[in-house]
Amino acid sequence: MAETISINGTAHPIPDDPRITLLDFLRHDLRLTGTKKGCDHGQCGACTVIVNGMRINSCLTLAAMHEGDEVTTIEGLGTPDAPSPMQRAFLENDGYQCGYCTPGQICSATAMLGEIANGWPSDASETLDGPIEATGDEIRERMSGNLCRCGAYANIVAAIRGVAAEEGA
Amino acid sequence: MRPFQYDRARTLTDAVQITQGEDAMAIAGGTNLLDLMKLQVETPGKLADINRVGLGEIADTDGGGLRIGALATNTATAVHPRVRADYPVLSRAILAGATQQLRNKATTGGNLCQRTRCYYFMNIDQPCNKREPGSGCGALDGIAKLHAVLGASGECIATYPGDMAVALSALDASVEITGSDGMERTIPVRDFHCLPGDTPWRDNVLEPGEIITAVTLPAPVGGTQLYRKVRERSSYAFALVSVAAIVEMQDGVFTRADLSFGGLAHKPWHDPRIAQALVGNAPSAQLFDRAADILLEEAQGHGENDFKIPLARRTLHAVLEQASENAA
Repeated sequence: MAETISINGTAHPIPDDPRITLLDFLRHDLRLTGTKKGCDHGQCGACTVIVNGMRINSCLTLAAMHEGDEVTTIEGLGTPDAPSPMQRAFLENDGYQCGYCTPGQICSATAMLGEIANGWPSDASETLDGPIEATGDEIRERMSGNLCRCGAYANIVAAIRGVAAEEGA
Repeated sequence: MRPFQYDRARTLTDAVQITQGEDAMAIAGGTNLLDLMKLQVETPGKLADINRVGLGEIADTDGGGLRIGALATNTATAVHPRVRADYPVLSRAILAGATQQLRNKATTGGNLCQRTRCYYFMNIDQPCNKREPGSGCGALDGIAKLHAVLGASGECIATYPGDMAVALSALDASVEITGSDGMERTIPVRDFHCLPGDTPWRDNVLEPGEIITAVTLPAPVGGTQLYRKVRERSSYAFALVSVAAIVEMQDGVFTRADLSFGGLAHKPWHDPRIAQALVGNAPSAQLFDRAADILLEEAQGHGENDFKIPLARRTLHAVLEQASENAA
């Protein structure tokens, strides 16, 4: 049986060339161009996808390393007709200007709310064991791996806070 | 990236076999290695993907300590209930480094083996004795803001960049290693990283074909634990200076002061003379100064990083002040 990787619920064979990063596999081989290549070195977060529930930089991992894994990209979160709560919040809050970093921001923020719900602390948390509230400081620290060169940060934080409030985080 | 042969190891034995040979490397999280492969700083001929060999477990040890598998991610370690409760300095150090995306992928073993972020090491057009032995050191007369003020040599003034290992050093953790012949050895993390000397290409004591299998923490001690990191921005930046501290007090005097420092040297810096000077004495500005004098006795700046010497002194003061208040 061929080795496969699941992308948004569909199994795809793992590429032959081991040098292909998960990011290039998504964009170049599968034409899922929602995921963006910014720095290609794990510094900007534009390539953020969710693998087995955890957000990672798809530029710093090889597609071949993800045999049997479940990858969710921006295309898997929602559609223009049926956006996810986070996608809708970014639209409603104008959480972008050029939009290039937006898919990474949305994948990252979606997984981040799960981390807060799990009670996982961050560098901004007062204590390591307390319940965590999605405050501005918590969101800014937890989203520091996603850069926005247009500087739409205020609206990005507003969008995330809105979804967190809806979800009771 | 240069072409390489890729093999997926299914067992530790597989992994050790595949990584035999000078140009073979193990890949786990890959967040540092793939970055360096794209820059052609690292050009392995063979990569062993060790992610499926089952070394991700975090489990209690018989002696009341904790064994963190080499493939446990930085996130898994930082949020583990026992790490948060008994080894908070480790949670804090991990959470102070990188980003959530990177911590979700980075592993315990890989984090220990991460390479310096010296600009000259990471640029193959520049001289670097670490990357290309004998080519010289660009940082010695160049841009050296991130660089070492302790334990450097005329060959290399690079720093070890990580936070996790600084906490592990303060906690006196051990590193479990399996070798090519299946032989296992355990060494204190304080002896894992090397000083550059005249072999700056050597970051640590791992021999070719050896793989880290776990890090073991001794049974927890009481007192207060702190990790203080000074950096140029408040998130996602390497330490200019960091201090990991485990401090206990009784009747107004220090009974324990296990301190390790990041950002100052080619390895997490631990000087047992500092604890000797502090233990048995009551906290005071003069005592903290004496501790800083010991730490910085042989400190030497290289122009751009001269600021690290007074910064280390002030950071040590701040940590000891806070720790003695917490522990009192």
